[in-house]
This record gives sequence, structure tokens and C-alpha cells, in this order.
Amino acid sequence: MYQYIVKRLLLMIPTLLGAALLVFVLMRLIPGDVCVLRMVGGAGYVDPKAIEQCRIDLGLNRTYVIQFLDFIWGFIRFDLGNSMWTGRPIVEEISLRFELSLQIALMATLTAILLAIPLGTISAVKQNTWIDYAVRGFSIAGIAMPSFWLGILIILGLLITTKGLFGSPWMPPIKYVPLWVDPLYNLSMTIFPALATGYRYSAVATRMTRSALLEVLREDYVRTARAKGLIQKLIIRRHALKNALLPVVTIIGIEFAFLMGGLVVTEQVFNLNGLGKLFVASVTNHDYAMTQALVMLVVAIFVFTNFVVDIIYAWLDPRIRYR
Amino acid sequence: MVARARRGAADEPGHGWGTVAKLLEIDGLRTQFLTSAGVIKAVDGISYDVNEGETIAIVGESGCGKSISALSILRLIPNPPGRIVGGSIRFRGRDLLQLSEEEIRNVRGRDIAMVFQEPMTSLNPVLTVGRQLTETLQQHLNMTREQANARAAELLGMVGIAEPERRLKQYPHHFSGGMRQRVMIAMALCCDPKLIIADEPTTALDVTIQAQILELMKDLTRRLGVALIVITHNLGIVARYADRVNVMYAGKIIESGPAAEIYRDPQHPYTLALLRSVPRMDQPRRARLDPVRGQPPDLSRLGDGCAFAPRCGFAVARCSRETPQLAPAGAPGHIAACWESERVSGALKRAS
Repeated sequence: MYQYIVKRLLLMIPTLLGAALLVFVLMRLIPGDVCVLRMVGGAGYVDPKAIEQCRIDLGLNRTYVIQFLDFIWGFIRFDLGNSMWTGRPIVEEISLRFELSLQIALMATLTAILLAIPLGTISAVKQNTWIDYAVRGFSIAGIAMPSFWLGILIILGLLITTKGLFGSPWMPPIKYVPLWVDPLYNLSMTIFPALATGYRYSAVATRMTRSALLEVLREDYVRTARAKGLIQKLIIRRHALKNALLPVVTIIGIEFAFLMGGLVVTEQVFNLNGLGKLFVASVTNHDYAMTQALVMLVVAIFVFTNFVVDIIYAWLDPRIRYR
Repeated sequence: MVARARRGAADEPGHGWGTVAKLLEIDGLRTQFLTSAGVIKAVDGISYDVNEGETIAIVGESGCGKSISALSILRLIPNPPGRIVGGSIRFRGRDLLQLSEEEIRNVRGRDIAMVFQEPMTSLNPVLTVGRQLTETLQQHLNMTREQANARAAELLGMVGIAEPERRLKQYPHHFSGGMRQRVMIAMALCCDPKLIIADEPTTALDVTIQAQILELMKDLTRRLGVALIVITHNLGIVARYADRVNVMYAGKIIESGPAAEIYRDPQHPYTLALLRSVPRMDQPRRARLDPVRGQPPDLSRLGDGCAFAPRCGFAVARCSRETPQLAPAGAPGHIAACWESERVSGALKRAS
């Protein structure tokens, strides 16, 4: 196992390198230039010399190979440099938002697991009854509804109900405060985006749980368990669910990694200062350094999540052993 | 082979007729499947008894309803699409079909246990063998974890698995096919059942392992006084291990009697055809074996008359209009559903 972990960690290197090369090339294929964008801002004419000076300051006048090697070298030393747009250290910019994004991703994942596994299970066990239809309707709605739209509905609902109840409308707070500083304040801010994204996320996982469980319930070993006279609850929980969870864990892992960098629109709706927003801003501003750092972060999260999923696999299914 | 089975029957008059307490009485059992193609009468009115400690074989081709009839006993037919639509299954006087869900659950695994065909897929791959043994003990006998573990190790030893304590902690994929089937047998034995139903217990195993498993089952059921229903398409098993045989065709029992009698003097053309399709030690060697010609009928559209008639060499005009009922034929205790049984009976002797 130890050997396996080391091997997996070493395998991260080529993955990250590939991602680095890809994002480096793609960013430079986009027409436009961070210096031009920064200078032009509002006014019309800018001195080409000033732009040139800016490019020299940011190191953009060097050859691509040198720029790339510089980027990799910085990455190896965990020195991500400064944002080309704001000039502030990238580590600082990211860590400001990372906490919030991580918290929402974790809460959404928790929401999804707590909804998906019980709902998917009951739906499979009561296949083709009204319970099954209700769960399937609920999850289809979750897939069909974009989470930002659900977010808008939640905000509108909050405004209307709080106005009706307390006389003045209430909105979730906008400024992020860590959970351990003020839990109530923190949760009142994060719970709604987490529910909005978690619902959609749970819909996919519910359907996966249902179909995986339906398949497992037809397996011979479930028939054996019934023939042994076990109670239904035990058959489902001990014999069927453990076998059915593999694909569900995969889905949950992928979705979690996606949430860490992909909540662009939902963050917009709830006015959250998360990684998604930073990502979009850095791309539109041609902030190469920032975009590169963010892509590397998201890739690392994906690789790490996959790794965790693999470990969970081995725990769920003893036939899976890694060497 | 046959000589042994005959001697077995003669040695033990107790395994005969009506002298021993009836353990299981199946009467007019009918199980159907509702499919888009129509109603499939998988089991269509079968009746037979099993006495205490007796071994009964149910023989027939694939798709004749033998497995379904066995699963029906413990009400393990997946519903939908399957449904038991008629008959009664009396186990020690209680009709299993009338029991509540909880009551039948207490019969399953405790009074009546099953051994399935595929030891590869019938054990749960993600639970240790020990867990799969102890959970039955904990469920039915309210044993503590320690008691159940001790009993599970004892059971593994009984079915001939070495180092039982160590192997309890292993998963099914650490066991070979034959070993897994031993585990299945241990599982079936764990609550001292009165009856074990073995659905093709050796079909998925190597021939050499088959004999070991069957000997083990025969030995244990004898020793523990457990009755056994063996479902098989292998007539060799029947001859060697069964006291009595029911031959099934198209959801019905078409011949029934002591194993030795069925072998010596089959009364139904289908049984005769089955016997001719396997090599026999007690008959002169023929140049080649005779497979049963034609295909089993489609159970969703059975018409009037004998279901075997289209494949039967003895068929007369009446066979396609009327369905023959089971009637005494040949030796006492031997019944067959064929009105031409005398001609059939002569055929085997003439051939030899």
C-alpha cells in the first residue's frame, strides 16, 4: 500500500506537467495582452513604450521556452509569483478564496451524499412504486434545473419570506468569515449555495445509486442472502449497498473536484468571492500567471480526489488491491 | 453405478413409502411468470413428498421448471414477474405459502436451507466468509459474535476446509470454486436445517470436484439426518445419490419413482430418451449416444395434449389431444404420465 501511494504521487508529476504545458500554450493562443488591457482601461491612447515597459516588467518579452521554464521552476519552489493583473501575490489571492470554495464544495458533497444514498436506495428497493416515481421526479428536476437558476429562486424565496415574516427582507451575508470564527454567520452565508449545488449534484448521484443498486439486487449473492432468511434491512445495507457504491463514489469524486473550480455562475448569483470567479476574471484579464496557478491547483485537486476515490474503492471491495 | 443405487434403496427400507414421517408435501404447486410474451407456466401443478432424511432428485432439461419449483418452496421467486398462483407446500404440517413474510424468513436458512448452482457468484465478494456464515447464526439462533465465530469455524472444518479460523477472515475470491461450494454447504448446514435444497450444486464445478462435493453432501446429510432435494440434469448424480427421482418436463412431473426403478425400467418416453443420452455402465456399449431430439417446448404457448408428444417416438393420435395424467406404472411406487408406458418399458430391455 505504501509503495502504491508513492507510485501514485510520482505519477502526479507527468499529469501536472502535461496540464502546465497545455494551459501555457492555450493562454498564449488567446489574442490580447494583459498589458494592453491594463493600460487601455478607460482611456484611448496609450504610449507603446509604457506597454513595452510593462511587458518587460512582467517578463513577457522573453521567449516562450524561457517563460515556460520559469513558470515550472516557480511552481517547483511553490513560488507562484504575483498576479499580472493586481500585482498581489498569487498565493494570497488564492488562499483568500480557497477556503470558501472548499467549504462550499464539501457542504454540497455532504448534501449530495445525504440525499443521494438514502433516496437512491429507497427508490431501487421500491422500484416502480409511487415512492420510486417521486424520487425519480425529484432527481430529474435536479438535473434539469441549473443550480444558478435554483440559486436565484432561493434568493428570491428568502427575500419574499423574510419580508413577509419580519417586515424587512434578509439576504445571506456577502463577506466571508471562517466557520470557526462565527459558525452561525458563516453557515447563513454558505448553506444556500451549498444546497443549490448539492441538490443538482445529488440528482446525478441518486440516479447512479438507484441503477447500481437495482443491478446488484439481481445478483446471485443477494438471492443467497434472502435464502438465508436475513432481514431486508440487512440485505440492503450489508450485502447490496456496499457492492453498489463503487460507481457512486466515482461520481461523487468527480463532482467534488469539479465544484472546486467550476462554480462560476453560482458564485455570481450568491455574490461569493470564490475560486470560480477568480478563474474567469484571470482568463478575461489575460492574467497568465494567475490562470496557470489556478489550473495547476484544480488539476492537483482532481488528481488527489481520484487518489482518494481509489483508496475508498479498496476499502469497499477487498478484491481491489493496489501494488 | 446403478447397482449401488439399487442396493442403497434395498438396504434402507425406511426410505420407502409412507413408513417415515413426511417432512415436505408439495401439492399442485403452480408458478407462473407474467412477461410481455404472455404467461409462462414454469411450474404447472407438481406434487411430491419428501420424507425425513431422504434424498430426492428432480431431473430435467434446462428450462423445464425444476429450479423454479425449488425456489418456489422458499418463496424466492422474483416478484414481479414471477408468482406462485396455486397449490400448497406443507413443511412439517405448515403451509409455507400461507406464512407471513416474517414467518417464511424464519424458515429460510433455519429449517430449509439452499445451496445454489454458482459458487462463484452466490457468495458476496465484499464480505468475509466468516461474516457470511455468522450472520445467519446471529439472525436465527441469536448467537453472540464469539459463539457464532466458533460455530462457523466448526462448520468449515466439517465441510473439509483446513485451518478454518484463518480462512474465516478471508474473502470468497481467496477460495477456489470447489472450496466456495463447501462454504455454501457449511452455510446451509449452519442452523441444523431439516431440509437442504441444492440447485445444480455441481454444474459449475470441475468433474473431479463434482464427485467430492456430492460425496460430502451425501455424507453430511446422512450423518446429520437432513433431507435433501437435488436438482440436476445429470443422471449420474441421480443414480448414485438419490433415493427417489422426479422427472420434470415442461413444468410438470412426468415420471416419479425409486431411483433404481427409474433406471432399470423407465416408463415415460422422455425418461427413456434421457437415459439413452448418457453412457451407462450396466448396458452393452452402443456405438453412439442418442441425444434427446428436438427442443423443449415454449412454455408460454402450450396447447392441449402431452407436451412431449412432438418429440416422442411412441406418440399416438390421442397424445396431441389429451394430456396423460400420472398413473401407477411398473413396480409399486413408480408412476408415469404416459398411456404407452408398457411399450416404453419394453423398449430399453429390447435395446439391450
